Amino acid sequence: MNILAMDTSNQLLGVAIVKDGVTLGEHVMHGHRDHSVRLLPAIEQLMKETKTTPADLDRIVVGQGPGSYTGVRISMATAKTMAWALGIDVIGVSSLEALAHQGELFSGYVCPFFDARRGQVYTALYASNSDSFEQTEEIVNPLFSDWLEQLREKGEKILFLSPDIEMYRSMIIEVLGEQAVIPESAIHYARPSVLAQIGAERKADDMHQIVPNYVRMTEAESNWLKQQEQQK
Amino acid sequence: MKTSELILAIETSCDETAAAVIEGGRIIRSNIVASQIESHKRFGGVVPEIASRHHVEQITLVIEEAIQQAGIQKEELDAIAVTQGPGLIGALLVGVNAAKALAFSIGKPLIGVHHIAGHIYANRLEQEFEFPLLALVVSGGHTELVLMKEHGSFEVIGETRDDAAGEAYDKVARTLQLPYPGGPRIDKLAAEGEQSIDFPRAWLEPESYDFSFSGLKSAVINTLHNAKQKGETFAPEDVAASFQASVVDVLVGKTIRAAEAFGAKQVIVAGGVAANRGLRASLEEVFADKQANLLIPPLALCTDNAAMIGAAASILYHQEKFADLSMNARASMPL
Ligand SMILES: [Zn+2]
Repeated sequence: MNILAMDTSNQLLGVAIVKDGVTLGEHVMHGHRDHSVRLLPAIEQLMKETKTTPADLDRIVVGQGPGSYTGVRISMATAKTMAWALGIDVIGVSSLEALAHQGELFSGYVCPFFDARRGQVYTALYASNSDSFEQTEEIVNPLFSDWLEQLREKGEKILFLSPDIEMYRSMIIEVLGEQAVIPESAIHYARPSVLAQIGAERKADDMHQIVPNYVRMTEAESNWLKQQEQQK
Repeated sequence: MKTSELILAIETSCDETAAAVIEGGRIIRSNIVASQIESHKRFGGVVPEIASRHHVEQITLVIEEAIQQAGIQKEELDAIAVTQGPGLIGALLVGVNAAKALAFSIGKPLIGVHHIAGHIYANRLEQEFEFPLLALVVSGGHTELVLMKEHGSFEVIGETRDDAAGEAYDKVARTLQLPYPGGPRIDKLAAEGEQSIDFPRAWLEPESYDFSFSGLKSAVINTLHNAKQKGETFAPEDVAASFQASVVDVLVGKTIRAAEAFGAKQVIVAGGVAANRGLRASLEEVFADKQANLLIPPLALCTDNAAMIGAAASILYHQEKFADLSMNARASMPL
């Protein structure tokens, strides 16, 4: 099975081609300003180098966010249109889950997160040990300080993974001390091949219905709801 | 290069998700528009983030429907066209990335189209162009006079220095507490009212073809405010009629002067405000005995749609002006 995986929901632009479980190639670029300019050229180049034609593809796996609203829409619009055009499956995978899987060899909790501005993050929690890896907390959008308090009560070691780790490193250590494990390496960036690997097993989504997981409603909608509440 | 090329066009610059198949630049094989008006109504205007979210929900559905209604297979397409700008950046990005994905997947050339070129070329779906041609483009975001001497060449001879005509309509509508979208409501009210209030006409410098509507908008707001303080009221239909008369006078006055100065053979009215009955009636009257032939497209082609993008793309297709896969959406973009 030939899989094309892509994610542009955060700073990283990632594209991978995975054939029968073997990663033929990956393309990763940092900097979220021009995902729209780079995504299709990156796909084209990678497919050329791996001698894969669009007709060879069997499924497309796309990072569904959360992250930048505009960013996640770029890969989602690309993925679902390619899936439609080629008549193949599209599978959405949480971008947090793809990042968390980089901590698969860790024993304890794995906490992936993305900065969501104003002290907030997009995050979730996974429990990892030698024979299982499962999600224990759904994707949420809390103040990071509140979230850390909640994690402290878990009592166990927690591995933090985030491209925004430097913004929050001191806060994490302040609240969790020795309980926190923060790797120093490139492991904070989700590899698109991991996305492909997760999506390889999943049931396909409806290519027309699949949308990004924004987690939050739009500001206009939440303000409107508040107004309605006040008028009651 | 064949003349009856089939182009699939996509338009997502504002609050309509649209796709169309156009044959030879002039024949509409399909024209699908998924309007979001209901979603934005309660906010009193288009909310960009909500528009972008809807585009992602609708995009493959409208493309599929456009192909199906055209009665073709996507492999029969000769090119994929898309509105590159100007417009809401988040909204444009959905269409641009979908178009790139489709062009790449089926191995067809990609064409980036200027939204205003689309509005002008909507007319070519009705009648062949004759040059020199003058286009009055009036919409929520645009008020421009564009001179065309040949296909694909656009010279902006006048544009708004502040608000677009459609913007002024929306603001005045809000002041009159009319529901969104306000433009058509003012047009309707105006037909029932009298031009009893003398609002200013911004002619600017005598030789200028530029427009300005912010002074008029303020005049309307101030007049209503002062009246209210004195305990007086104006009938909303009279306010609408007087406001519309001022807008229409300036639009028509500058258009006719430009048409004569440049010897236009055709005068095209394009954009959402072209649906305005007051504007249509006045233009028809003024141009009835003039040399230039006045063309106003049917309502469905005045408002945003993808058929017009396909029509404009046909010219670029024959000029072989193709985009590559690094094409980006552009919120503002020269014509
Ligand atoms: Zn428009």
